[in-house]
Amino acid sequence: MSSESKKIILDPLIDNNPIGLQVLGICSALAVTTNLGTALVMSLALTSVTAFSNLSISMIRNHVPSAIRIIVQMTIIASLVIVVDQVLKAYVYDLSKQLSVFVGLIITNCIVMGRAEAYAMKNPPGLSFLDGIGNGLGYSIVLIFVGVFRELLGSGKLFGVEILSTVNEGGWYVPNGLMLLPPSAFFIIGLMIWGIRAMRPAQVEEPDFKIKDVHGTEVA
Amino acid sequence: MPSENQQEKASAMNFLALSNDSTAKTFIMATLVCLVCAVFVSVSAVALKPLQILNKELDKKKNILQVAGLYQDGDDIEAAFSKIDIKLIDLATGEYTTQLDAAKYDERKAAKDPGLNVQIPKAKDFGNIRMRPKVMPVYQVKDGDKVTQLILPVNGYGLWSTLYGFLAVEADGQTIVGLSYYEHAETPGLGGEVDNPKWKKMWSGKKVYGADGNVAIEVVKGSVVPGTSGEEYKVDGLAGATLTSRGVSNMLQYWMGEEGYKKYLTKIQASGV
Repeated sequence: MSSESKKIILDPLIDNNPIGLQVLGICSALAVTTNLGTALVMSLALTSVTAFSNLSISMIRNHVPSAIRIIVQMTIIASLVIVVDQVLKAYVYDLSKQLSVFVGLIITNCIVMGRAEAYAMKNPPGLSFLDGIGNGLGYSIVLIFVGVFRELLGSGKLFGVEILSTVNEGGWYVPNGLMLLPPSAFFIIGLMIWGIRAMRPAQVEEPDFKIKDVHGTEVA
Repeated sequence: MPSENQQEKASAMNFLALSNDSTAKTFIMATLVCLVCAVFVSVSAVALKPLQILNKELDKKKNILQVAGLYQDGDDIEAAFSKIDIKLIDLATGEYTTQLDAAKYDERKAAKDPGLNVQIPKAKDFGNIRMRPKVMPVYQVKDGDKVTQLILPVNGYGLWSTLYGFLAVEADGQTIVGLSYYEHAETPGLGGEVDNPKWKKMWSGKKVYGADGNVAIEVVKGSVVPGTSGEEYKVDGLAGATLTSRGVSNMLQYWMGEEGYKKYLTKIQASGV
């Protein structure tokens, strides 16, 4: 694999993570991470939608009239999402029932749209496809990271297999109910972003405003 | 005017060469994208439809088997379900009806179909159900020729959502085998505990009708003290989920009452299943 395509795939994992750095697509990250199974299926769904939407948009990029380019992208993304939803309903019915409306909501996921507009409209199909995979994987890493914490601490299980025996089942672990509610994903993602930015200070954003002292000279 | 026609044709053929911002190209691109996407979506929808219908049926059958205690993970659902007969009953009379096809009948669709549903009078609508089908299916679990259990679909409002589930009773129409919900959106950890196997186990052996013939089964606040009178009509409430617990009581009050299955259950006591 050339260094360029390697970079396209590996960059979004940590250095340019769509959730960690750009803070995109966190709505679904809150909703589907109560257990690892749904988080994993959601990751696969989003990765394939991003990859194939990037691929198809990139293939027709030179012929998309700029006046209707967003709606063209949306049409393609929406079609792919419907197909993914249908496939899930046909092959993993139980999980698709748990994911319910959130698969459909991939249409509005900022990551898919963002990559289509920012990358696929300007780059050849091969690279766009890889970019879609890379960003999908970046999203997946975060979802799985959050899912591990929420399922383990919220219900004492991983992939439905008991790790910590909970009090309800006669064990010792008192499950943290907050972990099963959406706000906990905010805390975990927040802590994760903190961690990443502590390791990579380059990701810390410039403050929007600078505090000036009374004499009007800048502090920093 | 043939010449103009030909021109149009030529321009349509070479539309790729048109300027991206021309009106013609905008229209052609929009149409093409829509056409391709529409074909793509329709093909996949049609191709996957049979599998999806099968999944839905299997899921419902699995739920029915689970409430009857006839299903362990990994069992063959179809084989286990062959022990179950589906009969349709007319709730107004309590008689079996054969006007509709029992295997294809969907009570949730029927509840929304103006030809098949009835409005529940406000005063009687304990479960906040509003519309119910005139005809409901009953799943009869058979051991040889003898009916051992009746599985009755129930639904009603909890706190956030309508809960859909099944109540399994023994052939006497009085002793509960189990209660299980297959669809709801109650708060996980609180109302969502209706799915807790420990709570579901408590239903087994409880009685539906009191000595006066009215529905007596209810979910109480707190826990039931063993040895007290009326213990067999009471189930522990769900901690932190008063409204969901009340919803469960109310829906049983409705579905097991005069408006629901009571006529049917009385009838089969008198004349057998």
